[in-house]
Amino acid sequence: MTYLAKPKLLRADAPRNAVGYTRRDYEGAISTLCAGCGHDSISAAVVQACFDLDIEPHKVAKLSGIGCSSKTPDYFLGASHGFNTTHGRMPSVLTGAALANRDLIYLGVSGDGDSASIGIAQFAHAMRRGVNMAYICENNGVYGLTKGQFSATADKGSKNKRGVVNSDTPIDLVALSLQLGATFVARSFSGDKEQLVPLIKGALRHRGPAFIDVISPCVTFNNHAGSTKSYDYVREHNEAVNRLDVILPRDKIETSYNPGSLRRVVQHDGSVLLLRKVAVDYDPADRVAAMNYLQERQTLGEIVTGLIYVDSSAEDMHRHLNTVEKPLNQLGDAYLCPGSKALDALNASLR
Amino acid sequence: MKPIQSSNDFVIKFANVNGSGSASANELFARAIMRMGVPVAPRNIFPSNIQGMPTWYEMRVSAAGWLGRRGGCDLMVAMNPQTWDRDVAEIEPGGYLFYDSTKAQPRSRFREDITVLGIPLTEICNREYTDARQRQLFKNIMYVGALTALLGIDFSVVEKLIADQYRGKDKLIGANVNALKLGYDHARANLPCPIGLRVERADGVGDKIFINGNNACGLGAVYGGATVAGWYPITPSTSVIEAFSSYCRKYRTDPDNGMARYAIVQAEDELASIGMVIGAAWNGARAFTATSGPGISLMQEFFGLAYFAEVPVVVFNVQRGGPSTGMPTRTQQSDLISCAYASHGDTKHVLLFPEDPYECFTLGAQAFDLADRLQTPVFVLLDLDIGMNDRLCHPFDWDDSRRYDRGKVMTAEMLDAGRNFGRYLDVDGDGIPWRTIPGTHPTKGAFFSRGTTRNAYAKYSEAGTDYVYNMERLRHKLETAKKLVPAPVIKPASQPTRFGAIYYGSTSPAMAEASTLLEAQDVHVDTLRVRGFPFADEVIDFIDQHEVVFVIEQNESGQLRMLLLTEGEIDPKKLIRVLHYDGTPITARFISGRIADALSEHKVTPLRKQVAS
Repeated sequence: MTYLAKPKLLRADAPRNAVGYTRRDYEGAISTLCAGCGHDSISAAVVQACFDLDIEPHKVAKLSGIGCSSKTPDYFLGASHGFNTTHGRMPSVLTGAALANRDLIYLGVSGDGDSASIGIAQFAHAMRRGVNMAYICENNGVYGLTKGQFSATADKGSKNKRGVVNSDTPIDLVALSLQLGATFVARSFSGDKEQLVPLIKGALRHRGPAFIDVISPCVTFNNHAGSTKSYDYVREHNEAVNRLDVILPRDKIETSYNPGSLRRVVQHDGSVLLLRKVAVDYDPADRVAAMNYLQERQTLGEIVTGLIYVDSSAEDMHRHLNTVEKPLNQLGDAYLCPGSKALDALNASLR
Repeated sequence: MKPIQSSNDFVIKFANVNGSGSASANELFARAIMRMGVPVAPRNIFPSNIQGMPTWYEMRVSAAGWLGRRGGCDLMVAMNPQTWDRDVAEIEPGGYLFYDSTKAQPRSRFREDITVLGIPLTEICNREYTDARQRQLFKNIMYVGALTALLGIDFSVVEKLIADQYRGKDKLIGANVNALKLGYDHARANLPCPIGLRVERADGVGDKIFINGNNACGLGAVYGGATVAGWYPITPSTSVIEAFSSYCRKYRTDPDNGMARYAIVQAEDELASIGMVIGAAWNGARAFTATSGPGISLMQEFFGLAYFAEVPVVVFNVQRGGPSTGMPTRTQQSDLISCAYASHGDTKHVLLFPEDPYECFTLGAQAFDLADRLQTPVFVLLDLDIGMNDRLCHPFDWDDSRRYDRGKVMTAEMLDAGRNFGRYLDVDGDGIPWRTIPGTHPTKGAFFSRGTTRNAYAKYSEAGTDYVYNMERLRHKLETAKKLVPAPVIKPASQPTRFGAIYYGSTSPAMAEASTLLEAQDVHVDTLRVRGFPFADEVIDFIDQHEVVFVIEQNESGQLRMLLLTEGEIDPKKLIRVLHYDGTPITARFISGRIADALSEHKVTPLRKQVAS
């Protein structure tokens, strides 16, 4: 929360990435969220990830639903087109946008109310369909804009600010997305930039539905004792399975880690996900094991973070639909309209 | 009672069990009559069911070319024991009953005042075929053969039709022609052929084509350049998408690699289907959905978003009976209000009303140009009567020099040339702003779309002045739409009159016939067919020019009338409701009867009689 815009003037020696942009070029409007909101850290992570990946901002379309989290796309990538849609319906609008132009990068931003309550059907079906997107759920367990009601991801037994205990079973979007066919599944914490930025990078480079559940504490309504989505609680219970580095094809892989503790996953575009193992024996390519691991750890009260699952050979919706390589929104009249001759033949068959 | 004698002008009704394969046999029969040069207008009256329930195929044969439903039945083909009693009761006095006489029926189950024509279809089938499915299917073809003899249709015409239909599948041709001949020969040998109802060669069909409106909408979407369809199955609109899909496979498959120049996604519900359409259209592809009343209800919030974010989407609404689940397999024009002002807040949407499959195609294609030009949702409102029934209509045409009107899309070149870009800024004075497609330019023209308040440059703003500017511009844009929607079709009566009638959509053929019936009674009524909303000025002028205007609709509340009253600020007394809403298509007899009654009730005497007295 700041009302002071940063000066537009840029230092001449500000570092530029391979496509000639500075980090500032990836920023957006000034955030209107509360000071200390986890969501702003996620916006900063998105800026960093896009800068690091040399993405041209106009090649990104950012879409969101309704809620505090869904306001954030205005606060990053100001040179990208954005669409703040209706509550819980971002996935369908993003799906349509992705159908129209397969060449852009689609970044969906949502919250726990948006994705797990009103929009759970759209969340589920976008994953099922294999939409090529990076879907970030900024998960704080609470409805912020309407002042503090529990959301569907609030843990059973967690307390709201007024002391009411939540008695409903939480929805775990990570477990759901694994079951529904997401091919890049991660969880992170807005307070852990080092973990989050590479995960966003990996998701943006992934082909297929990439989902990141980011626990993002609500400083105003859900950061008290008794909450399981507070900064303190998440820091205490965060159990990372791995640490990720995303290496672009142009970069040399230089690493000083012991090879035994590293895992390399080559993505469809040649980029490499370099995983430093934290949990021994954790295999992010094994979906069933990942689901079991999540359940086990959750029972112990741990919050599993890191890259939980990745299928680097995943196919996406366009492959399923066998659509032409050229984006549908760029096909000219001649490719779309069969013309009068075809119509004459059709008329003849209708007599 | 003397049997009805009529050539090329009667109604045949087939009473069948659904799922028995009767539909294709009945359609074959309709086509045979058309091949004789005689216009027919068939209508399916079917249940919301897949197998076992009663279904009817009502076919009007009309040398004069009247395609509206006539009502009544001159020849009943009673193939469904479940509905026997009501089917027999429905036959006009002097009419005919054709039935399967395999099982003897007591005399009491027939009527004295009709001609009964029995053929032991089941018996013949059981003798000729062993396979149960064949027995069923060929029984249908056999009654077509018998009717061919009874109505004096050339056998060779039907034979050729079967050959055309199964071209390349010679085995099927032989088997079907054989069944046809069994029925034909049996009728000729045992029944008085031809009966009083006859089909005689004529020249009333010309180059007309025979197709249903849903298929025509699907084709219109292909010609209109649609590349993305998001949809959810719902009767009676499902076949719009099925048609789009099959025409796309035919016309939009890349010949080099077999890849699709289109994308069709069956969504999880109507909310997602319209969401996908909005996303695709926002991203610069032409996109549409097809749905019916309940789908329109579910899409309401998104319509408001598309209206306010100014996203060009096309919605085909094949209307059925409502409210709630209503009558999914019956026809109505009852979604005008729910579409015209769809969503919360102050909205107004563009509506198009095709009268038949030809207009489903032309207006369907035009809808995409209008949506892009106006950057707003466009609803094509047809109904089950047009959508799911094959109808004779003008052949489709297309001008190859026509180019899609993509509306005001600002390109990278224009942005580089320094054009002022404000996504919601009215720079041309027509209320329509310019838009950019995502990905257009590295540094210019990006904007953030919202359903909430913003200023003319798409920046977040809660200022009342920004909101008012935007709403006034939207109102102005909808004024511009009046000039762009298809103009109404006005048909003056044979002499000057104080009376007018306004109608739209599937009412068209019944209205045309009603005008003739009224003229014959010396009642003269000018007619106007509304084709678009917001109403063109001619529509309001027409009302101003008449003392009394009948508004003919197929809904209970007079929804077009409400729109006319509100939008045209018309005196309610001036617009008289003529409403038909039992789920069956409106008839000419109904319209002319109601107009004649109303004129006498309101003591409005036709001008000429007034002068004479």
